[in-house]
Amino acid sequence: MRYAMAIDTKKCVGCSDCVVACQTENNVPLGYCRDWVTEVTSGTFPKLEMEIRSERCNHCDNSPCVRCCPTGASHYSDGGTVLVTPNKCIGCGACITACPYDARFPHPEGHVDKCTFCLPNRVSKGENPACVSVCPTKCMYFGDLDDPNSEVSTIIKQRKWKTLIPEAGTSPRIYYLI
Amino acid sequence: MNEEIIISGRMNEWIDPQLHIWHWQIPIYLFLGGLAAGLLFFAALFTIRGEQDKYPTIVKIAPFIAPIALALGLFALFLDLKHKLFFWRLYTTIRIESPMSWGAWVLMAITPLSMVWCALNIKAIFPKWDWKYEWIKEIEEYLKKNILTISWIMMVFSIILGVYTGILFSAFNARPLWNTSILGPLFLSSGLSAGAATIILMSKSHIERLTMAKIDLLIIIVEIFLIVHMFMGFLASTQVQIDAASLFLGGKYTTPFWLFVVVLGLVVPAILEFLEIKNYKMPTFIAPILVIFGSLMLRFIIAYAGQESRWLY
Repeated sequence: MRYAMAIDTKKCVGCSDCVVACQTENNVPLGYCRDWVTEVTSGTFPKLEMEIRSERCNHCDNSPCVRCCPTGASHYSDGGTVLVTPNKCIGCGACITACPYDARFPHPEGHVDKCTFCLPNRVSKGENPACVSVCPTKCMYFGDLDDPNSEVSTIIKQRKWKTLIPEAGTSPRIYYLI
Repeated sequence: MNEEIIISGRMNEWIDPQLHIWHWQIPIYLFLGGLAAGLLFFAALFTIRGEQDKYPTIVKIAPFIAPIALALGLFALFLDLKHKLFFWRLYTTIRIESPMSWGAWVLMAITPLSMVWCALNIKAIFPKWDWKYEWIKEIEEYLKKNILTISWIMMVFSIILGVYTGILFSAFNARPLWNTSILGPLFLSSGLSAGAATIILMSKSHIERLTMAKIDLLIIIVEIFLIVHMFMGFLASTQVQIDAASLFLGGKYTTPFWLFVVVLGLVVPAILEFLEIKNYKMPTFIAPILVIFGSLMLRFIIAYAGQESRWLY
């Protein structure tokens, strides 16, 4: 089982509902976010185009954060989801520095926090992650890459996609449909 | 011209607008670790060469700085932790892939070793020292008989410690400025140089100071070579590494790096040491102080600039 997410940049309007849903569902401390919206405007005036992306931890297949963790607090869980065990984390900041996406942050309680794909609270019960289930434009797809018939496998077969900085060697598992 | 404007809705403390998770604690610790590595390396080296009596400061006195430096460094490292009460988790596991785990375990070995080394040489500082108990004296006798073995172990561990202070950074491919394997040897040589400089400051014997000045001069030349090599590597690499190098080649850190690290920390002390070796009279404390200053600045600048180099935005 390999959990992954596909996000349709053509459908996303950047409403930040995914951000608020995540903060509510996961009790993210005030002022922090586990997912966020990025707007990229590129081109030369007047030929401009904008891409809106909902970004989060890429749950990389080759995670530099898991590799550098000195205590094993950062680890691969079910479906390759990258999780942090708070009681093993010493808050050294190595994983934060190691993440090319800057997806991690120190929780005010001291341990490191990040997107969990809602594995403990939702996905393990068969539900979709909070951000996916709340999206008003239905631009996010979550599922198992090893299952060829899952929603996410189907959509990345049909559409063109990219991942963020694959050249960093992380094998990210958030696919942006373009 | 194609332009790109990126607006991110993320504003996490310590992460945005740019990463600043590591502060003075990390460069201070890396400096003290490197300094201890240098002091212990030379103590072991000259013991193995059988020159304990010719170079008493190197072998018997300067190593007393090492456990103090290591303890202070570890304390700085502890201050950096954000989940402090769980620090012992470092020692419930060995993670081969994590440089920080390596560092924690190497420190666990070399800190007691440096204390043992000092205990064996305590009479050099306190001539009337008496261990009082027979069994301690027996252990001391046994260790002194095996001083060569201890020296070899200490030399290997001090090299690992010195290299590790650089590898800690270079293992992070997310920060292009750090992602060069040159940092390992560069930080090792910088640590050895700081150790040599400390010995020059502490020694009262002319021969000892001259020997260390010769060694230090050689290390400084190696360091300059490594820095040139580092920039050659960056400029011949990917765009993110070219951008990272530009922090030092016209960017924000140009003046501090070239002035404090290269000119004041390497070139000037190299000239002063060269003149000293050529028997010109001059105050001997200037060069070593500059070397120590440069070694400290190198770590500060690399630590801060590295966090500014990035892949994405």
